[in-house]
Amino acid sequence: MNSILEVRGVSKRFGGLLAVSDVSFNLGEGEILGLIGPNGAGKTTLFNVVNGVYKADQGSVLFAGKDITGSSPDEVVHLGLARTHQIVKPLNDLTLLDNVTVGACFGREYLGLKAAQAVALEVLQQVGLADRAHMLARSLTIAGKKRLEVARALAAKPKLLLLDEVLAGLNPTEIAQMIDLVRKIRDSGVSVFMIEHLMQAIMSLSDRIVVLNLGRKLAEGRPDEVVHNADVVEAYLGFPDIVDRLTRTD
Amino acid sequence: MILRRPFFWIILVIAAFFIYAPLRGNDVSLREDLILVAIAIILASNLNLMIGYTGYVNFGHIVFYGLGGYIGLYLATVRGWNLVLSALLAGLAVSVCALLFGLAILRLRGAYFALATIGVLQAVQAFVSNFDPWGRSTGMYLSFDAYQPLGGAMRALWITYYLIIAVMALSMILSLAIKNSKFGMGLFAIREDEDAAVVLGVNATVYKAIIYSVSAFLPAVAGALMFYKNGMIDPSIAFEYMLSLEGIVMLMLGGQGVVMGAALGGTLYEKLRSYLLTSPKLSDFHLVIAGGLLLLVVLFAPGGVMGWLYRLVPRARRVIE
Repeated sequence: MNSILEVRGVSKRFGGLLAVSDVSFNLGEGEILGLIGPNGAGKTTLFNVVNGVYKADQGSVLFAGKDITGSSPDEVVHLGLARTHQIVKPLNDLTLLDNVTVGACFGREYLGLKAAQAVALEVLQQVGLADRAHMLARSLTIAGKKRLEVARALAAKPKLLLLDEVLAGLNPTEIAQMIDLVRKIRDSGVSVFMIEHLMQAIMSLSDRIVVLNLGRKLAEGRPDEVVHNADVVEAYLGFPDIVDRLTRTD
Repeated sequence: MILRRPFFWIILVIAAFFIYAPLRGNDVSLREDLILVAIAIILASNLNLMIGYTGYVNFGHIVFYGLGGYIGLYLATVRGWNLVLSALLAGLAVSVCALLFGLAILRLRGAYFALATIGVLQAVQAFVSNFDPWGRSTGMYLSFDAYQPLGGAMRALWITYYLIIAVMALSMILSLAIKNSKFGMGLFAIREDEDAAVVLGVNATVYKAIIYSVSAFLPAVAGALMFYKNGMIDPSIAFEYMLSLEGIVMLMLGGQGVVMGAALGGTLYEKLRSYLLTSPKLSDFHLVIAGGLLLLVVLFAPGGVMGWLYRLVPRARRVIE
């Protein structure tokens, strides 16, 4: 499988805190790669390094074979790498349509205003917000704002989509809808790299999972491999043999 | 296309009114009133590109007007160049300066940017006050025959008036065009959330520098025309800090981010100010009233007159932009 994203030995330091330390992994084309880890493990920092919000102190990031280490976020989007934010950042006083139009205007295809609006309407349809296209973004609920984040990123027509906790704060129905949406996105040919705390969801969605703890890569592999990895279980729960203890039937 | 927008034609009607009203009956005092209103609209409209569209408060916007006045006056009189050419060159020169200033100070955000704009104003004023070719703190005066190329003083005043009205119309058309463009969409995104805009692909650094430079052009042209018409310029009237602040009041009053808001706010405020200044009891009082007005608008009608109108008649949004 061809890699769309290669992260090689990336480190990021904030003063005395080593937020991400020597992390390497590949993401294959058409793959859904999950990124999990306890709070403060460095997941969002890693995202920020990948899409250029932060510059890596060490290591390099390759996207579609091109070195994007040190590129700014707006350059990275033009290449086809879009993302959502964990803490949603709606453009509050613009309509949903305008929000998504911005994504299409300045995305990979760098569309003109008219063409971008057409794409925006399509994408709003796809995420189920089309009926609210002319409402202001501030009027949305949190679930709506998460969808809007995804819609804006999708409008950029990315090859790779970074999703930062799009399920957090949603109710079970909304979660089911969002999971469905992520699957459809992947089926349309977009690779997905997603941070998620909701284990059930990430286990069922991901083809492979990378686990971070204290900035280091703890494990990598298929979901079923990762959950049984002793280091991972210890990082999350403290008992290396917790799975055995809980599943023992004697 | 901008020609299809109803508001484009409304702008032309407004400009036609400005031209026709004083012409009928050769009313010079009405012309002098309207010229102040036009200058207010030009300043507020272009300031709107920064504050209303991009979300960056510029306290030193008047620096473009004053610097344009100096360069224009210098070219038109000392060098003896054509007035329109001098004014356009003044606009261009000031825009280039603004682009350079912008690239430096637009790395700052929020209150820090606002403070830096005051610094730019002070620095330019200090420079001009010590610049020999421009007469240092005494400024420059036109001799009466400087108006000869335009056919004498009387004609020259009318010609500069029409030119200033043209700049006013262009300011509003520019605002309208930017509002309905991809560039404008990028600016709005920066205004709402600059970090989000960058992640969505907007090159905020370049966009901000461009709009800062664009917002300098027409005020500088207007400054060149206005000071040519007045026949004199000195640092204290060219870089009048009060006028810079009043531009912000105009914008808040009319409704920031709205083309008509800037025009309406400019008109209302200028009318109010000339009433207060000429009224014998209140003349020293006009800034107190301006301050009170600003407070009331910010507290009770944050969208200004246009925001209030849009709430009342939501459909107005499509016609009056």
